[in-house]
Formats: sequence, C-alpha cells, structure tokens
Amino acid sequence: MIFVNDKDLVVPGEILAEDDFHPGRGTFKEENKICSSVVGLIALRNKKISVIPLQSKYIPKRGDVVIGEITDIRFSMWGLDINSPYSGLLPASEVFGKEKRELDKVFKIGDVLFLRVVDVDEVRKVKLGLKGRGLGKFKGGILIYITPTKVPRLIGKKGSMINMIKDKTNCEIVVGQNGVVWVNGDIEMERVAEKVIKMIQKQAHTSGLTDRVREMLAQLTGEELEVSKDTEAVEGEENDNDNASSEDEKDVKQENDTNSSEKDNKNIPREIFESKLNLNHKR
Amino acid sequence: MKIVPEITRKSITNLINQQERVDGRAMDEFREISLESGIISKAEGSARVKIGNTQIIVGAKPQLGEPFPDTPNLGVLITNSELLPMASPTFEPGPPDERSVELSRVVDRCIRESQMVDLEELCIIPGKKVWMIFLDLHILDYDGNLMDAAALATVAALKNTQIPNTQVEDNEVIMDQEEMKPLPLKEEALMCTFAKIGDELVLDPSLDEEKILSARLSIGITSSGKICAMQKGGDHPLTKEEILKAVKIAEVKTQDLMKHLE
Repeated sequence: MIFVNDKDLVVPGEILAEDDFHPGRGTFKEENKICSSVVGLIALRNKKISVIPLQSKYIPKRGDVVIGEITDIRFSMWGLDINSPYSGLLPASEVFGKEKRELDKVFKIGDVLFLRVVDVDEVRKVKLGLKGRGLGKFKGGILIYITPTKVPRLIGKKGSMINMIKDKTNCEIVVGQNGVVWVNGDIEMERVAEKVIKMIQKQAHTSGLTDRVREMLAQLTGEELEVSKDTEAVEGEENDNDNASSEDEKDVKQENDTNSSEKDNKNIPREIFESKLNLNHKR
Repeated sequence: MKIVPEITRKSITNLINQQERVDGRAMDEFREISLESGIISKAEGSARVKIGNTQIIVGAKPQLGEPFPDTPNLGVLITNSELLPMASPTFEPGPPDERSVELSRVVDRCIRESQMVDLEELCIIPGKKVWMIFLDLHILDYDGNLMDAAALATVAALKNTQIPNTQVEDNEVIMDQEEMKPLPLKEEALMCTFAKIGDELVLDPSLDEEKILSARLSIGITSSGKICAMQKGGDHPLTKEEILKAVKIAEVKTQDLMKHLE
C-alpha cells in the first residue's frame, strides 16, 4: 500500500507507505508504516522509498571526496572547514609520510584543498587524506557553495550535466561531495558557470532541467561571443570550429600544468559519479 | 570571524580591479532597497529596511524623563542595537560586542550631528521633564553594509514617529494620548558606506566583500548636502584622494537614497 507518488513533496512524519516497501534514506519505519523524517521529495526505486531532502548539511562519509579550506594549523595536523557541522583533520603524516617538516610551509591558513575522507569515527572526527590521484591544493579559480543533496543532480547521469558545462564554458570544474564546487577558467566563463550551477541548485527537482541548462548556457556563452565579435572581427571564425579549438586549448593546458589539470578534467569526477550513481534520482 | 579562502579573496579582488563585482553590480551601485514604514503597531515609530539580503527593523519609543544635567533644555536621544544571533553565525547572544557598539554609535552620530531631530522642541519643563527617544535597531539578517541600512531604517522610523501632545499645569505634565503629533524633524541624513578592495572603492559592500576589505569608510550626508558623520574602519589607510572621491559619490548617492524615504 503506497500513499505517495515519485517526486512528491513530503514533510517529516508523513506516512509514505505500508507493508511491502523498504525504507530508504530520509525515512523511518514505525510498526509497519514508513514515514518521512525530512522535508523533501520522494524517490521511488522498485520497492524502496527514500526522501531526498530539499536542503541539507554535509555529513562526512568514508571514501567521499570533498573540498576543504584550511582554518587551523596545529602541532601535527591541519584543521579544515569542510562545509559541514563537523570539521576535518588532515594529519601531517598524510602529507609527508614519516619525514618531519614545518606544516605552515606546505599549506597555509586560507588554502583550499581537494581531499578524500579517510575515516569518520564514532564521535564524527573526520580524518582526511591527500593520497590519491588529483588530490591536492587548488590554485586560482572560484568557489561556489550548493546544498550537498543537489550534487548528484549537478553531476548528472554519468557526468552528463557537469561535462556539458565544462565543454560550453571551457572551465575546469571539480565538485566535492560536500557541496563545494571549484571552477577555474576564463573570468567571464567562471561567472557563467556560477550562474548555471546556482540555477541547477534552484531547479534540481524539476524535469527537463538538462534542456534548460543547455539553453541557458547557449544564451550566456552566446552573448559573450557576440561581445568579443565586436572587438575582434577575426574571432568570429573560431565560433564555427568551436569544438576543434577548445580541444586544442585543453591539450595545451594539460601540457602546461600536468599536475593540476589532469586531475580535474576526468579522473576524480568520474569517481564521484560512480560512488553516487545510485543516489541519482533522475531516471 | 570566518576565514576567507585565499582563492576567493583573489577572485573578488581581481574582478574589482577590472571594475567588476561578483554580483554584477557597478562599483557605485546599491543592491535592491526596500523600505516599509510603521510595521510595528505597538511602537510609536518603526521601519523595516532591506538592502539585498541585509534586513533591519528599527523601533522608536518616546518616553518622558529627566534631561542630562549639562543640557537641561534639550531632549534625549538614545540609540541601541541588537545583533540577533539568527542574523549571522558570527553573532552571539549576550552583551553587545564591538560591531554592535560601533553600529549604534555611528547611526547615533549621523542623526545627532545632522541636527535632524529638534531636541529643543522635545523639552517640556527645562531641567525637569523632556522627551527621551529610544531607538532600537534589530538586525534580522546580515549580508553586509549594516550601517547604510541602519541609518535608512532609523530615519524612516523617526519620520514615522508620533508623540503625544503635552501640556504643563502646576509643574505637572499632562499627556494627551488621543492627540498625537509627529516628531519635530528639521533635516534628513543618510549614510553611504564604501569598501576599499584592491585599489578600488566599492559602494554598499556585500558580506563577501566586507570580509576581505582593507579599509571601510561610511559617510553621512544631510538632505542639504552637509557632511554630518564619518566612520573609518578596516586596518589599512585611505588616501586623501580616495576620501574626496568617496565623498563625491556619496553626495549623489545620498540624494538617490532620500527618494526611498518619500
């Protein structure tokens, strides 16, 4: 017996179903009734009912990749703000192994890092690590903050959404599971990407979002191209073979800065998609 | 105070050095401003102002009391501000902190030094009974630039304030609660706040801009164009040219702000 439809808005305590259904995330079971425990939208998958909260705070989970800001340097560890009620710790041993060096010569307060959650213990002490491909410090770019539950929507199915934004804006984009997004590219394009990401956050629950994002991107990047046409008429040619030229640029970028761009372009986001694909509530 | 990531600081500064701002505003442009007067029926005067997401409610409460001994024939004006914890994670309950004290003092200075409220008119029996006006500033939401919002809300609340008519019989004050009159006001004065980021001055700094500013300057200007108050903040200096430039912009922008009061 089920009382709700897919993508319905529910409030805490609302009875969602009885008997032969399984309670998923954001729900609890009382006697034989499944109730919602958050304000959010229903996600129905086979016989499993979950509620995806409209807004959330990031709760650290082992294996997640997150973006954190250094807020504290202690004797043998850094303290990080990971956009969560719990703060993160990066032990010095994760960075230099057994070697001993001064911590503030490596990362300073205010630095932004891409990290992996190594361990979360009973008291929610979050241990972070930098071991893995592409993890490390960001240089340049801007940070955008979104609600962590919208992260799967921003990435899209197999990364379709985020790759579309990357292609159209020609920016490097890294999405952390904690709802922090790092965008690096041309200053104007960074702004375009920010606008689009904010729009996705606002409309994450609606259908046909991909088309609207495509439209918005075309409109925003189109305008910018027209502006540059006015100043440099020759640039117009580049528009036609947009694909070719942008790929060239990417190659150049990778050669220039193998360390940072390699990580951001492909490797890491794919890991995020894979770990979160099952959360993706768009069919 | 929350630590601002280095790359955020850099990206905002770079943008401002190119005469652009994160939210797409011009360097001398306010965010959207809305003002509602008389929103609290129990208060004699009140107003709510929103500048972007910054939100402030001001209430004015007149009360009979004794004047200060050094000014026996002037009314009393007392400004107080509350930074409510719900307005920002950095606001804590308890006694007022530095920011709260600064805000109420700067707003008080703007109102007092512009001689906007005719304090002589507020005297009933010299040395014995005067009107005391209590201004209470409640910050509901903090998204940068409290000073301009607070000054605008305070002036709107004062313009909206009604005080009872009074008569003196045998050294006794008789209040007529039925017949109210508006507070005697002579002028209007509002503030414009500038933040120095990089090498540029920006008007109406947002919260992100406020966190990274190197210097801040608030200028109070009256409707007749006189400068009545100034407050410098931040830990870097300002040059003479920068201050003169800020004053010039403020003169124009204050007159624009006045339109919200009508």
